[in-house]
This record gives sequence, structure tokens and C-alpha cells, in this order.
Amino acid sequence: MDSGFDWGVIQRSLPYLFLTGMKFTLALTAFAMTGGIIFGTILAMMRLSSMRAVSAIAGAYVNLMRSIPLVLVIFWFYFCAPYIGMWLTSAPRPVQVGPEYSAFLTFTMFEAAYYCEIMRAGIQSIARGQVWSGYALGLNYWQTMGHIVLPQAFRNMVPVLLTQTIILFQDTSLVYVISATDFLGAAAKIANRDYRLVEMYSFAAVVYFIVSFGLSLMVKRLQVRIAVIR
Amino acid sequence: MGYNWNWGILFQPEPGGTGTFLHYLVVGLGWSIVTALCAWVIALVIGSLVGTLRTTTSPWVVKIGNGYVEIFRNIPLIVQMFLWFFVFPEFLPKGMGDAIKQMPPPWSVFVPAVLCLAVFTSVRVAEQVRAGIQSLPRGQRMAGTAMGLTQFQTYVHVILPQAFRIIMPPLTSEFMNIIKNSSVALTIGLMELTGRARAMQEFTFQVFEAFAAATVLYLITNMVVVLGMRALERKIRVPGLIAVQAGGH
Repeated sequence: MDSGFDWGVIQRSLPYLFLTGMKFTLALTAFAMTGGIIFGTILAMMRLSSMRAVSAIAGAYVNLMRSIPLVLVIFWFYFCAPYIGMWLTSAPRPVQVGPEYSAFLTFTMFEAAYYCEIMRAGIQSIARGQVWSGYALGLNYWQTMGHIVLPQAFRNMVPVLLTQTIILFQDTSLVYVISATDFLGAAAKIANRDYRLVEMYSFAAVVYFIVSFGLSLMVKRLQVRIAVIR
Repeated sequence: MGYNWNWGILFQPEPGGTGTFLHYLVVGLGWSIVTALCAWVIALVIGSLVGTLRTTTSPWVVKIGNGYVEIFRNIPLIVQMFLWFFVFPEFLPKGMGDAIKQMPPPWSVFVPAVLCLAVFTSVRVAEQVRAGIQSLPRGQRMAGTAMGLTQFQTYVHVILPQAFRIIMPPLTSEFMNIIKNSSVALTIGLMELTGRARAMQEFTFQVFEAFAAATVLYLITNMVVVLGMRALERKIRVPGLIAVQAGGH
């Protein structure tokens, strides 16, 4: 790097960085957030179930996911997805999945464990009387959950869920290890092609910082606005 | 099924000639733990300092502390890893930068990995320390002042000893996180547990055996840390406060 720094490389690669890289990062974040919250809420309901076996299965899943590093989980799904695909479609040989699709699956399954713990805390924060009054009105379990408990739990937990989503947004950069082209992956590819590591990685850091910091400010503001006054 | 199971692979020699694959993975776990421990010590020192400074009465000190926390909390770990490994040496004076880059492996990746994890975790420790200090009743600080202690003495003798005992449980989970996060160092070439499981998969194509073994090793580590910390927590719990983990009797 005797030639000094060439910051022009950033400007030249902007379309690739954002239209390809950042687009994938945001798509992955949005998909994993939606899927993760839905699956996480189901897991939370399972964990709080009075049926021992159901809560044990959900508990084991959540604890397993929380005990091993995300990088290892990414590898697990990346290398197992072809076999899962083969099993699902009963194809004769492992199905080609590719890093992008396996990343969607990985982050949904992994983040669900973290969203589950948030939703569990949310559900547990609802007063017992709410559930009883639901049953007293003749609602069944699903109606009580769907109409009374979950809407309140969700509202209480929106700031925490969003904060977890900012962490998810940062964590998606780990798809680098399976060479998916997210924002960091795009930056790394340019960095290695043009040997401009310093410029590209500094720029990536600045962009990630701006997005995450901006989002966290918005969450803070939202938290003040939607706080339920008790 | 298009996959050939072969659990015996764990007991076959790895190509580097250091022993079996199982041994190869266990050494990897050793690297994960050593990296995490070194980083943890630094993170505790920086984190305690920054966290404490953020609760002082000097607005400038608080602002600088907040800035430090925001910067390192909002950049993904892997990007920070690249910054320490690729970018940081370039901005040092030339001699120093070259000295870092020319360290013999694995130190050339171990040192940046430790520094990165230390700073990344210090921010989280700082948050816990600050929360711990702010959870104390205001009277504690006032009592210190009333007894004629300086602000420094109040922190050292009154506030910090209590705060640290309160934040033990969250610090436990941060310690678990730093072990897990050390796996990100594989991206700059540190051969810790996940990196070695990946390498084993490349040598042998035994995907499931390699990753299953790594997963089990992480689970065992997790259990040991949780049990050890639980014992420690019971010992240092502040009497009179509501126990964070109900003991039952």
C-alpha cells in the first residue's frame, strides 16, 4: 500500500455496494426479523405451555441456539441445507441451495431463539387477570392469546424487539464466512479485487455505524412515545 | 441417503500431524478460551473504567464515555475484526505497523483478535457497570460525601464494591458471549474451535461429524461456565437484596 490511499474506489463501487450488497443485507434483516418474531412467538408460547414435553422441546431448542456461536450455526445450515432439501423434495442427491437462501433459513431459525426470550418476557409481563378474564368470557386458549395476551405483550416489547433487530442487522455481516454478497461481502470483494482493504473496510464500518446508530436513536424516540402510562 | 457417516474420523490423525481430529478440535477450543480470557481481562478493565466514568458528574467525561460506547456498539464485530487486522496497522507509525504485521503466526492474528474482542466486549461491560451503579440508591453516594470522602474514594469504597456484586449475573452471560464471539476471529485466520471444525470439514468432507463435535464442545464449555459462575454468584450475592436467581431455600 505504498501508493497511499485511493478513496475514489468507494465512489466507483457505490452502485455494487448498495444495489447488490446492502439490498441483500436489508432483505435478509427484514425476512429474518419477520420469520424470527413469528417463530419466536410460537416458541415462547411453547416454553410457557403447561405440557411438559412441549416446553422442554422449545427450551432445548432455545438453549442450544444460544449456546453455540452464530458462525457455527451459519456453517451448520449452509452445509446441511442441501441435505434438508434432498429430504424435503425426496430428490436423489443433495439439492443446491447456495449461500443466500441458506442465510435466510439460518437467521430466521437463529434469531427466533432470541426473539423467543423477548416474547416470553413480554407474555410473562401481562397480569394473570387478563388471561382469566379471557377464559371467563368464554374464549379458548388461542383466542385469549391472539386477542388479549399477545397484542399487549407485543406492544410492551416493541422497543426490545427493534433493538434485537439492530443486532440482527449487524449480525447479518457474518454471512461473509459463506461468501454471500451482503454489504460487507460486496465491500470485501471489491477490497480484495483492487487491493483496497483499508478504504473499503473503513467505509463499511462508517455505513454500518450510521445505519445502526440512526436506528437506535429512532428506537429510543419510539420508546418514549409508545410507553404505556400506568 | 447420500451421506456416509463416519464417527471414527474423530480418532483418525489430522493431516498436520499433531494427533487425532478430536485432539485437533480440543486444541481449537483451547485457543477459543485463551483468546476469550485474555480479551475478557482487558474488557473488564476498560469496561469498568468507562462505565464508571459515565456516571460521574463531569459532563465532558460522560460525553466521551458515551461516544466510545456508541461507536463500538454500532459496528458489527466482524467489521471491527477487519479494522483491527487490516486497517489499524496502516494508521500506526510505519515501524510499529510493520512490527505488528510481521509477528510470527499465530500471534499476528491472535493479538488483533484479542484487542478487537476486548474493545467490543468492554462496551457491553461498561453498560452493565453503569446500570449497576445507577441501580444503587442515591443515599449511598450522599452518605459517602457526608462522611467526607472524595468522589474517587466514594467510588472505590462505597459504590463499586456493591455495583460489581449486583452485576455478576449479566457479566456471566457476557463472558459466555465472548467465548462464542471469539469464533469470528476465524475470519482473520485464527484457528479456534469453529475455524478448526471448518478446516476438518474441508479435509475430510465429514460435515456433520466435524460440526457436531464442535457443537458438543461448545455446550460443555457453556455448562462449565454456567455452573462455575452460579457458585461464584451465590458466594458474593449482596445479603438483603432480592436474589436474582431464587435459591429455593
